[in-house]
Amino acid sequence: MPGLGTSFGRGGATTYLEDLVNADCILIEGSNFAEAHPVGFRFVMDAKARGAKIIHVDPRFTRTSAMADVYAPIRSGSDIVFLGALINWIISNERYFDEYVRAYTNVSYIVNENFVDTEDLDGLFSGFNDGPDPSVHAFDGDSQGKMGADKHLRVAGTYDPASWAFETEDVPRYDGKGTVKVPKRDETLRHERCVMQILRKHYARYTPEMVEATCGMPPEKFFAIANLLADNSGRERTTAFAYAVGWTQHTVGVQYIRAAAILQTLLGNMGRPGGGIMALRGHANIQGATDIPTLYDLLPGYLPMPSALRDEQTLADYLKTCSVATGWWANTPKYIISLLKAYYGDVATAENDYCYDYLPQIIGDHSALPMQISMKDGNVDGYFVIGQNPAASGLNSELARAAFDRLQWMVVIDSYDTETVAFWEREGADPTTIGTECFFLPAATVLEKEGTMVNTSRLLQWHDRALAPAGQSHSDLFYIYELGKRIRALYAGSTDAKDRPILDLTWDYESDGAHERALGEPSAIKVLHEINGYTVAPGRSRDDSPQIAAFDDLRDDGTTACGCWIYSGVAPSKTDNAARHRSGDDVASLGWGFAWPANRRMLYNRASADPAGNPWSERKRYIAWDASTRSWTGPDVPDFPLHKAPDEPAQPGAGGLDAHSGADPFIMMADGLAQLFVATSLKDGPLPTHYEPVESVVRNPMYGQQNNPALRQWDRDDNRYNGTDNPEFPYVLTTYRITEQSGIMTRYVPWLAELQPELFAEIDPELAVVCGIVNGGWLTIRTKTGELEARALVSGRMRPLTLGKGRRIHQIGVPYNFGHLGVATGDSVGGLIPLVMDPNVSIHEAKSMTCTVRAGRRVAFTQNQIDANVPTRQQTRHGESQAHGADAGRY
Amino acid sequence: MRFQIPSALSRAVSALRLSERVGDLPNLDSPRTRALEPRSRRGKAVTSICQYCAVGCSTLAFVSPEGKLLDVEGNPESPINAGKLCPKGSAIFGATVNPRRWTTVKYRAPYATQWEEKPLDWALDRIAERFKATRDKTFRRTMPDGKRVNHTLGMGSLGGATFGVEENYLLQKLMKASGVISVENQARI
Repeated sequence: MPGLGTSFGRGGATTYLEDLVNADCILIEGSNFAEAHPVGFRFVMDAKARGAKIIHVDPRFTRTSAMADVYAPIRSGSDIVFLGALINWIISNERYFDEYVRAYTNVSYIVNENFVDTEDLDGLFSGFNDGPDPSVHAFDGDSQGKMGADKHLRVAGTYDPASWAFETEDVPRYDGKGTVKVPKRDETLRHERCVMQILRKHYARYTPEMVEATCGMPPEKFFAIANLLADNSGRERTTAFAYAVGWTQHTVGVQYIRAAAILQTLLGNMGRPGGGIMALRGHANIQGATDIPTLYDLLPGYLPMPSALRDEQTLADYLKTCSVATGWWANTPKYIISLLKAYYGDVATAENDYCYDYLPQIIGDHSALPMQISMKDGNVDGYFVIGQNPAASGLNSELARAAFDRLQWMVVIDSYDTETVAFWEREGADPTTIGTECFFLPAATVLEKEGTMVNTSRLLQWHDRALAPAGQSHSDLFYIYELGKRIRALYAGSTDAKDRPILDLTWDYESDGAHERALGEPSAIKVLHEINGYTVAPGRSRDDSPQIAAFDDLRDDGTTACGCWIYSGVAPSKTDNAARHRSGDDVASLGWGFAWPANRRMLYNRASADPAGNPWSERKRYIAWDASTRSWTGPDVPDFPLHKAPDEPAQPGAGGLDAHSGADPFIMMADGLAQLFVATSLKDGPLPTHYEPVESVVRNPMYGQQNNPALRQWDRDDNRYNGTDNPEFPYVLTTYRITEQSGIMTRYVPWLAELQPELFAEIDPELAVVCGIVNGGWLTIRTKTGELEARALVSGRMRPLTLGKGRRIHQIGVPYNFGHLGVATGDSVGGLIPLVMDPNVSIHEAKSMTCTVRAGRRVAFTQNQIDANVPTRQQTRHGESQAHGADAGRY
Repeated sequence: MRFQIPSALSRAVSALRLSERVGDLPNLDSPRTRALEPRSRRGKAVTSICQYCAVGCSTLAFVSPEGKLLDVEGNPESPINAGKLCPKGSAIFGATVNPRRWTTVKYRAPYATQWEEKPLDWALDRIAERFKATRDKTFRRTMPDGKRVNHTLGMGSLGGATFGVEENYLLQKLMKASGVISVENQARI
């Protein structure tokens, strides 16, 4: 989550669910909190019962809207105009928290004179170069291992961020030995290139009028929200923001989050009780799968993967590009060396760079979508799919299924027959022509295994095993561990250097418990011990080594091993598993589970006190400086050096946190401050800027630049876009989740099938009349990517919006939970959505597309679907889906 | 029109505990009913967690002495969900104990028209062999410019957001040691 990471330092929700009750106002946008995270929503309702104002901004009127004090409709894909207008309104009306902003942000920094804003370049920042970035290869998963970029990938251009840098000035080093460069400031905030003035200029045309013309939001709604946010921020009051994938799944998704970060920083709500930004993550362990990343570009704990695109051939070179001299990341050497010790044990020594050269290097974007394209083109031989179902929940699902035809082998670990593992028997496909060798390994469910999940509040919670796995099922841990053992056995005795990383890997997780041994299951707690970290000595095994208590104990001399530094402290001894602590309370519940980092529940909480260390107000007291004990105290773990006094001066030129003063709360950042203007790191600009989705019903009203200039797309026959303002596709298509279904995990559950038996699509009554669609009847939605049929839910919850000059916009909403297998069935909306990627995190755009709609069922394959061999609804493998479909869906 | 309860009765009823009445009316229970208890109480309660969204609701799985799942309820001790569960979480029982669940190892040979059941050991050995063969064929030590990369783009992995921390750790550890870099999960897509 670089939107939060580049602004504040860490890629995770800045607060925790329980703290929402302390908010005086909660803005929910890009999330249907009440239906998608129903139980978490109780804290919003508690806040409301205490008098908080609830705001919901969303294309649909949902149960969240019904509970809100203010509901404002918005055209999907236009949020940055709205958020930018709030930034403009707050600055113009001087409603920002002046003292907070001056003390804790880079508002006074001066940007260098080569910077040119989008106002002067019609939607581009300075530094834009047409054409693909020479340093970024397209994915080339070629089986023969030769280079070759995907010729279909289109990259409009890339930025060189040099012109976004801050001006610097020389100040004396702390030790008197010469000078050091620090960003130049203008404390008056009047310099035309200081961040405050750049923000002012950048957002000057983001006005309530533009919001009405672009988002379809009435001005009175805009002013009501602006006033609520400003009235409920400051010393005495705080506002929290909550978002989910309604904000992230856009080609400008990262910049949506950046816009929220700027707003919450200007309002002075970061690191304070009832404030912050609640990133509502979707799956039970999606935060954990980012922290310990099954992601191509990261190592555990947000360490970058070594890259051949940079000069990182040796550990020293890696540390040169990935370590930062000032701020917390000065500790990077400790974390990477301890990780290598966890991977390679005694083999990793100072003499051999701790086996750094064993790590693979990335050469481009190896994320899921380029992989899908590469697979379709026959460049991938083998694929593991574990607890995921790309054929139903992915994008361009026809393309995904056809891609699996080209694999030599595929392993699916799941608890149910999924659309993914069933790709070879889909309607229209001839299995006798599909050579993919398929393995299905039955997975234990969460009740049948033990281990840790990380929730949306960064909270690690251990779950015990309640049952033996059903039938032949095993945990995913078992399968991975067993495969590792067998792969290592196959390579045993190899003298090939390429096999050393496999053979030298530490790989011993045999369970000591009789029950686990009887089940054949490995020991999850031993894995957690390794993740937490332990002190090492040659010849001593992990199980015989003392655990480290916290990441402060990690060393860069090879005497510690640690699988994920941010989790250190979760298992501080062999007998203490903090993720299993179960003592809650009414405040921060520090005794319930373990939150990373260091059991802190609210991040950046030093900012809950003023620069002098006193609470901004008694009402909003959280962490404050106690002069008598000379320490930071409060109900949470301080996110600051415990005994560093608020008046401690910064030491320019010193390393790590010594470069920060006692009043710099954002310890992960090089300068200790929240970044209103992000001078490096983002690939589509230092400030959020409105671009239309790649498929849009309008031309960009703000700039000549229509789309994110750095987005990446594939122009191919099997991945086609509807384009901009295409009369063939006049409606906005958006997607969402429903409370009663998840995906393949729920579609076989009869109780849930009774509640939500089949796919539907929501349209507004006006559009229903125009198209002759009746409530409960069939409708068919078409895009260039595919067709989908669903029961029509004609409802006033979908509202036509009027943009400038009276243009009427209709939006259609389709739930994302369905597929053809299971008891509750329906077409997958992913089949309507082409592949496209944002430039920062390679996320797709699944919240704002275009489409056309007509009454009636999908009667025949479109040519596109014939190409991809998609089954029709009428011919699914399970007759039961038909029986359900016939009479259900009378809403 | 609402039925009017005589005030004396109403007072008597309101003195009853919540479990002894439904709104204004006392439970019409019999001695037999009073002797009953929820079937889940016959089992031990094991603390687990909901498998769906990221709120992280704590659950109690009630398991009979024979090891059968009796019910799954919200854990009242949790500061997050305080005993509550949403419809999906309340139906975890049905996702776990379900005749449609696949609980055997299945194999579909190239060009075959149906699944066949196979022993676990056979399948794991076969997957390991395929893994090794693909890796050996597609492993790349260096780029044309001489930079060491030690990777294979010939295979990949998808998944991670629906299973645990320890499982993700072992998966990325094994894949990185093998040079498999296209390892991805729902966190991005």
